[in-house]
Amino acid sequence: MATVEVTFTPLPAHVRTARLVATAVARRSGVDESLLDEVRLAVGEACSRAVEAHQKHCPGQPIRVALTDDGERFEVVVTDAVPADVAFGDIAAADEWPGGTPAGGSAHTAFAVAAPAGGNGTAPGAASAADAGAGADSAILQLPTGVGLAVISGLADDFRISPASEGTSVAMSWKRRSDSR
Amino acid sequence: MDLKLGHYNKDGIEVVDVEGEIDVYTAPRLRELLIDLVNKKNYQLVVNMEKVEFLDSTGLGVLVGGLKRVRAHDGSLDLVCTQERILKIFRITGLTKVFGIHDSVDEAIAARKAEK
Repeated sequence: MATVEVTFTPLPAHVRTARLVATAVARRSGVDESLLDEVRLAVGEACSRAVEAHQKHCPGQPIRVALTDDGERFEVVVTDAVPADVAFGDIAAADEWPGGTPAGGSAHTAFAVAAPAGGNGTAPGAASAADAGAGADSAILQLPTGVGLAVISGLADDFRISPASEGTSVAMSWKRRSDSR
Repeated sequence: MDLKLGHYNKDGIEVVDVEGEIDVYTAPRLRELLIDLVNKKNYQLVVNMEKVEFLDSTGLGVLVGGLKRVRAHDGSLDLVCTQERILKIFRITGLTKVFGIHDSVDEAIAARKAEK
């Protein structure tokens, strides 16, 4: 059972609430202070992604955030109601990201794991390095979904995407301080 | 903390002061301001992010969108940011290669003037 669970309607305004709750629970769970900013950002990215997917595909359905402290790791699982194959069809636009390949260390491993869930072998966010600096040519105002996931993979100790009962779940975790209770 | 936006002209460059959190909820307001400034023919922009407490990929998308708009008019969009936690997001996404990032508004303006 999750230590704390938050369910919210898919509105951008509630993403901040989810971030605040996640950060508070992480702090209480003994996640190092220096990592709290990363928890805050990663959870925000996962929730933003879920909100955008719900607004596009199922605006009436809630998004669930489960925060679990298992004694060794602090884990956050954001579960949406949009099936992975639908959600990851949206990711193709990641090629347009002007910064080129995101520098998150584990990004490629994480996406390799994620790919089967979407039934699509393309690694999202893995834009060619030749695109770097091509911001003026890239017709994006809203960034591609894959970038948010790349950010999470660069921040969390562990990150995975998997099909949930009716949608997709994005799980991320951080090690706790060893001396915390 | 919500998002506060202000802007003023200095030496022919429009400086945008951003304070608070730029996320999926607040980013549309920054996007509207940047679009409005460009529509009013301000093509040299400096976005001061020294008082930004939170920035996510939605906010990055808005900044990239602003950059794209000013570049279409041979303009520029530079950033002022010294906060490590904000800079980290630009590094993770590779955007340090795309934006000029400076330590102060004066430095950003001086760098822009020197390039002309």
